[in-house]
Amino acid sequence: MSQSALTGPTGEALPLAPGIQGIVADWSSDQRAFKKVPWGKAMMWIFLLSDTFIFSSFLISYMTVRMSTTATWPNPSEVFALTIAGKSIPLILIAIMTFVLISSSGTMVLAVNYGYRKDKVKTFIFLLITAALGATFVGMQAFEWTKLIMEGVRPWANPMGAAQFGSSFFMITGFHGTHVSIGVIFLIIVAIKVLRGDLDHERPGFLTGRKGNYEIVETMGLYWHFVDLVWVFIFAFFYLW
Amino acid sequence: MEGQQHPLGIYFKIWGLLFVLSTMSYLVDYFHFQGYLRWTLIIVFMLLKAGLIVAVFMHMLWERLAMVYAILVPPLVLLVLLGIGAGEASHTFFTRGTFFGPPAAQAVPAPHK
Repeated sequence: MSQSALTGPTGEALPLAPGIQGIVADWSSDQRAFKKVPWGKAMMWIFLLSDTFIFSSFLISYMTVRMSTTATWPNPSEVFALTIAGKSIPLILIAIMTFVLISSSGTMVLAVNYGYRKDKVKTFIFLLITAALGATFVGMQAFEWTKLIMEGVRPWANPMGAAQFGSSFFMITGFHGTHVSIGVIFLIIVAIKVLRGDLDHERPGFLTGRKGNYEIVETMGLYWHFVDLVWVFIFAFFYLW
Repeated sequence: MEGQQHPLGIYFKIWGLLFVLSTMSYLVDYFHFQGYLRWTLIIVFMLLKAGLIVAVFMHMLWERLAMVYAILVPPLVLLVLLGIGAGEASHTFFTRGTFFGPPAAQAVPAPHK
């Protein structure tokens, strides 16, 4: 691991300052600004910050078109209702999708935890369960898209009301679903690396000469939790509002 | 090793809490709460869930402040975009009502003779 602590004139490690003083000390240390985090993790956070701006732009533009339309906005509670056992339950599919994604976040933290304990098999299993739940989520989204398309919802028009409903829906959920799909692919790649022992033997990955280690499981976890985080906002603003 | 290692107990507690909060936000819709009550509850549950995920699952609670602030402060500028979007939308809504509404609603002044 590269040097991350502040060092004195003779190379001895200095204690890190806490609190606000620590911010100033870290940024002005003339060394790595982000102490105590692996390089890859800091970069993942910065990527997620940029992704935050992308999804926020989508949600804000959705707010703008919804506020400015004079047509009535379709009621999501009814649009996304499913008839189960002869009874129409509002928004039930979306609720199940939310629970599936939260469950996958839980299995992801378990995978990260067992990774740091170097428990290869358990890490592999939990990564695989996370990927399976993610794939389930995407599957349900595909079902939802199919249902809406069959009902005549298009990005430019729909039979229930404001045309902007379709464009917002396909744009926002489509972008989120793409993120989940990419996450599932990477979860499977990381799971295989774990099981093969690539991380134990510090084998470099196919894109980098850097040594493999269990920190990549945590970095993967950050991405996955972010996908869950974005869904929290979509669920609140698009489906519940 | 610089990784984040914590006892499993806290994760299970937060996991359970996220389930409870999700159920509650679903119930907001199920019981047809409307108006300000609905919006307040939705936003409160949303922020609680987001906070728990970022703080515990993404380990922000245990990171150095230099990193926490570098990641969590910049998104606040999005509030400016939110304000601009809301202002623009109200204006568009007003002009649409004026110019595309039913003829009676169109307050076009009579031309001078």
